[in-house]
Amino acid sequence: MAEKVLMKGNEAIAEAAIRAGCRHFFGYPITPQTEISAYLSKKMPKIGGTFLQAESEVAAINMVLGAASCGVRAMTSSSSPGISLKTEGISYIAGSDVPCVVVNVQRGGPGLGSIQPAQSDYWQATKALGHGDFHVLVYAPSSVQEMVDYVYEAFDKAEQYRMPAMILSDGVLGQMMEPVEFTDPVIHPHDKSWATTGHENKRAHNVVNSLYLTPQELEDLVHQRFERYKIVEKNEPKAEEYLTEDADIVLVAYGATARIAKAAVNQAREIGIKAGLIRPITLWPFPKASFEKAAEHAKKFLCVEMSMGQMVEDVTLAIHSSKPVAFFGRTGGVIPAPSEVFEAIKKHTGGAE
Amino acid sequence: MIKELSHLIVVTGHYGSGKTNLSVNLAMDLRAQGEKVVVVDLDIVNPYFRTADFVELFGSQGIEVINPEFANTNLDLPVVNPKIYSAFNQPDSYVIFDVGGDDDGAIALGQYAHLFSQHAYSMLYVVNRYRHVDPDVEEAVGLLRRIEASSRLKVTGIINNSHLSEETGPETVLESIRYAKEISSLSGVPLLGTAVKEDVAQALSGQVEHLYPVKRYVKTLWEK
Repeated sequence: MAEKVLMKGNEAIAEAAIRAGCRHFFGYPITPQTEISAYLSKKMPKIGGTFLQAESEVAAINMVLGAASCGVRAMTSSSSPGISLKTEGISYIAGSDVPCVVVNVQRGGPGLGSIQPAQSDYWQATKALGHGDFHVLVYAPSSVQEMVDYVYEAFDKAEQYRMPAMILSDGVLGQMMEPVEFTDPVIHPHDKSWATTGHENKRAHNVVNSLYLTPQELEDLVHQRFERYKIVEKNEPKAEEYLTEDADIVLVAYGATARIAKAAVNQAREIGIKAGLIRPITLWPFPKASFEKAAEHAKKFLCVEMSMGQMVEDVTLAIHSSKPVAFFGRTGGVIPAPSEVFEAIKKHTGGAE
Repeated sequence: MIKELSHLIVVTGHYGSGKTNLSVNLAMDLRAQGEKVVVVDLDIVNPYFRTADFVELFGSQGIEVINPEFANTNLDLPVVNPKIYSAFNQPDSYVIFDVGGDDDGAIALGQYAHLFSQHAYSMLYVVNRYRHVDPDVEEAVGLLRRIEASSRLKVTGIINNSHLSEETGPETVLESIRYAKEISSLSGVPLLGTAVKEDVAQALSGQVEHLYPVKRYVKTLWEK
């Protein structure tokens, strides 16, 4: 067993990327993701990797496109406003069918917002991380250990499906310290015959591109991509179900907020309220099956987020509007307290039995 | 350990080594012994998890706090509080400086070097072996020297604060002693104490020299 280390979430992401074989990182500084860049700036030169602080977020994401086109594992990280700048490049990467990992350590928005934690980039991450018909895999770790586990998985699945993968973190997870264990990642050998690695006059040129001059060609390609997305939606949804079997009220929360919601669920159970929690781990694909199962007996769902309720619609769709979906959240960089969530549970269940 | 400290206590160390939690413990313990205590938050590197978070706790205990003016706001400004100068004119108080991590954090300390040189001070170098994927004694001593260089002050003691948060057990502490002692012998700076959370400290009583039992004040939101 590997030895445990005490790390910040951001540091764990950086170390996990190195262990996953990433040797190409391009970034631009922003709080609260700074430790990812700081860690990699120290480590990459020691192991023959590239840490590059670009002149802007736009430059950094296009460097990721360039490196990833060569078939290497490439990553960038930023926080909310910086991710907005990167969305153009992410769309190009998705349109070029190349894998990469993008980390968003969310802070309050919109605009420059705040430097405190938030989850108000859910819509951006899951619906429109750039223009055009495409999806990205979105992982929402909830502990420093999961930062490691899902960085490994993000690199692997991005290569398997040739699409960008995002780690959707937040200022709480990025900054908090917890013990972690670095197991060796399983690195599957994925086909990279598409990569621009030099043809040596032995094969035709590989072209990585997202521009198509005939609409039919582009439509065919988008259709192919969506066939792949169907496989992703079938195979990759992940969620943790906590005390949901007999739950009357099912809380829904991801990331750091799931830790807070879990504390509130435990508090509710202590006074006899049958509360449970579904914690989506993949936000796209959304883990619909867990919700369909819970909707069979739950009377109500309660989304808890550090946003104005951006996940509520996905929950409503997942349960086909069969049960009411309530919301409690804080936003702008304010973190909900377990006691506030507990009060919301009581309010929506009419108190103890 | 605490009895050996001067009235000016400077807490430095690796980023995330536990400087703030140690500073809060020192402040609370000195106060509990009836001493007057001032805490100076000198961390202008990291805007999160800082002594400024403990204003309420300190207030209730009568501990004075000098914070950066914009601590815990959205202004991520590296500005120190001019009131810090007053801390050098309170000979009857213990003044604890919670410094930012690494040599970057110690830069802010350098501007007060001429004032420290006029007094006796204890400058602590906090280490946590478990903060490193590959704990390296030479690297730890290298950082100690760089902190001295950027602060223009001398480290007078090492505090072994090796822990794994809630997963800390007696063996976690025992396995860290050699690391701390090696840093001490390579740097020539004495190992002043080993900070251990109270429940584990009880289990270790008699097994570890200069044990300093501490409370965990820096907590996650779901523990509060």
